[in-house]
Amino acid sequence: MAVQTQQKNLEGYVGFATLPNQVYRKSVKRGFEFTLMVVGESGLGKSTLINSLFLTDLYSAEYPGPSHRVKKTVQVEQSKVLIKEGGVQLLLTIVDTPGFGDAVDNSNCWQPIIDHIDSKFEDYLNSESRVNRRQMPDSRIHCCLYFIAPSGHGLKPLDIEFMKRLHEKVNVIPLIAKADTLTPEECQQFKKQIMREIQEHKIKIYEFPETDDEEENRVVKKIKDKLPLAVVGSNTIIEVNTKRVRGRQYPWGVAEVENSDHCDFTILRDMLIRTHMQDLKDMTNNVHYENYRSRKLAAVTYNGADNNRSKGSQSTKHDTVEGMSPLAQMEEERREHVTKMKKMEMEMEQVFEMKVKEKVQKLKDSEAELQRRHEQMKKNLEAQHRELEEKRRVFEEERANWEAHQRLEQQKLEASRTLEKNKKKGKIF
Amino acid sequence: MSEAVMADAMVSPAVGGPYVEKAGGPVVDFSYVGIDAILEQMRRKAMKQGFELNIMVVGQSGLGKSTLMNTLFKSKVSRKSVLATGQEKIPKTIEIKSISHDIEEKGVRMKLTVIDTPGFGDQINNENCWQPIMKFINDQYEAYLQEEININRKKRIPDSRVHCCIYFIPPTGHCLRPLDVEFMRRLSKVVNIVPVIAKADTLTLEERDFFKKKIREELRANGIDVYPQKEFDEDAEDRMINEKIREMIPFAVVGSDQEYQVNGRRLLGRKTKWGTIEVENIAHCEFAYLRDLLIRSHMQNIKDITSSIHYEMYRVRRLNENNTVVARANGIPEHHLAAHEM
Repeated sequence: MAVQTQQKNLEGYVGFATLPNQVYRKSVKRGFEFTLMVVGESGLGKSTLINSLFLTDLYSAEYPGPSHRVKKTVQVEQSKVLIKEGGVQLLLTIVDTPGFGDAVDNSNCWQPIIDHIDSKFEDYLNSESRVNRRQMPDSRIHCCLYFIAPSGHGLKPLDIEFMKRLHEKVNVIPLIAKADTLTPEECQQFKKQIMREIQEHKIKIYEFPETDDEEENRVVKKIKDKLPLAVVGSNTIIEVNTKRVRGRQYPWGVAEVENSDHCDFTILRDMLIRTHMQDLKDMTNNVHYENYRSRKLAAVTYNGADNNRSKGSQSTKHDTVEGMSPLAQMEEERREHVTKMKKMEMEMEQVFEMKVKEKVQKLKDSEAELQRRHEQMKKNLEAQHRELEEKRRVFEEERANWEAHQRLEQQKLEASRTLEKNKKKGKIF
Repeated sequence: MSEAVMADAMVSPAVGGPYVEKAGGPVVDFSYVGIDAILEQMRRKAMKQGFELNIMVVGQSGLGKSTLMNTLFKSKVSRKSVLATGQEKIPKTIEIKSISHDIEEKGVRMKLTVIDTPGFGDQINNENCWQPIMKFINDQYEAYLQEEININRKKRIPDSRVHCCIYFIPPTGHCLRPLDVEFMRRLSKVVNIVPVIAKADTLTLEERDFFKKKIREELRANGIDVYPQKEFDEDAEDRMINEKIREMIPFAVVGSDQEYQVNGRRLLGRKTKWGTIEVENIAHCEFAYLRDLLIRSHMQNIKDITSSIHYEMYRVRRLNENNTVVARANGIPEHHLAAHEM
């Protein structure tokens, strides 16, 4: 039954008009987080632009930027900085990608970047699905600034490939780097060419949202006409006509960074920080993250369905994702997990039994072996015993013989002695 | 048949010798033979024959190669001006396009051929992108060799050998990319390479000096010998001049074929909101040095090195190859042949 909302007029001042203030106070206390990724070939002025945007030296002499180090493969590096302004804290994370597009063979140089973005989404998904959700650090990439080299002709194949692969995962904002190379006419033509190619390849770059406010709409429209933004970065301060400005000093003049006639830096800064930062975060949260999440969870359930079918269990589970609530899904997963555990337990028991049997068998074998040896030794012993008996008998016989012989001899001797005695006696007679 | 060596200074020598004006009519100087009149004869012949120059430009698309060619020869000689294509599409494979022009200045005719290489270094996978270029250069040497070997040779062999290859380095400001190093390493052995920093209006003067130093270090570290090569310096004078040039390479150039009004003069340049870059002003960029090197002072030297060194190396390699093939077929061992060739 649809609930009808009626517009009611208040008769007095209630006070909930202060809600935005409460939100504001709470947010200020909590602080903000923003993660920005910069991608582009080396030497396009990414580090300089970051330093100029946030007016800090993220990459200074002690911690040289990625451009000063030679890279063999594409790396993804994070640097965090906490900046405070007017009581508001911003935890800014810059994700840099040194080595992108620098090698001779650049196939798949976007893969580490895609993996990094997905891993950040994964972290957020996991921390969202946890039981204890006190701390949910948001390290998802809110915006990706892609730097296009100022060739003046059009997009390179590498640019097109990269943007095609990333436009569904992150808010891509293309920028023309080192825009002080181009004269105003060249810049116009280049921008038109780029936008044409972006539309031709159906790349979805970050779109500024339409608002109800007329004034804001006009501003947004102006920005849209100038896409992609042509930027120049610098943090060195130069004196021009007694004014101190940030810019680049050439023999023929000074290219001012904050002069909107010279480049679109101010537009980028206003858009990125002053007006659309929250919108970028919302887009990341509502669109890109949800895309990732539904894709990921769909993959999981699809795998789950496969498992059940292969096991042949009777489950009345819906095969579609929409028919199942996350809770039921989790129940299902738990059940699966439990059955898997049981199976593993059974298997382990089997293995255990087998092992025990083997061991018992071995023991029996060794016992039998021992027994056999015991018998063997006993037999040996008996044999020896008999031998010895035999020998003793022989010896006894011999002894008896010898004794008999001795007695005989003795008798003979006695006899002969008596005979002699007798003879002697006789003789005497 | 090598081309006649032209004196750099196109000064018309005094025909005959100093005439000593004495009272009583012209006096003939008995000590003057007139050998120096040969300079005038050579000059006249060269003017009649005309010169040939083949320049190849290599670099990623969008680095201003065509514009620089137009600026160098102050006329629309680049491929883009001749073959007017509506939109610049990056070709899928490297193509080699060569356009010839006949230009004339003060009675001296020149046949200029600009060889362009669109598609170099533009793909995602640039493995072996130098191979089509090397093949092209070797094909030109081959064509010349074939003409030379002919029994009935032409009076003047058309010279389509690449005399000079200008390599455009993108102005990153940091160091050479692996692709640049690979390409220059392989090609410095077969052709004269002149590296230039393209679109140098991106770099401030400090950045430019730093970048140049880095590039020179890397070239030295990789053993890449770019023009003017150290080993081909003939005498002390050459060495002095070439050392000065070697301190300046790679030249940081800016090209433009549009004229603007600066201080009451019409100059070639680029106009931006913060100033106008004058192409021929050496305080702004080094285009003037490049032009002097290529055209005004070292053009003949470049051609000589190509014909007497690079081409000869190719010829020796080729003929040895042929000989070994023939020898193996005939059963003659190779060292015999080498002895004969000495």
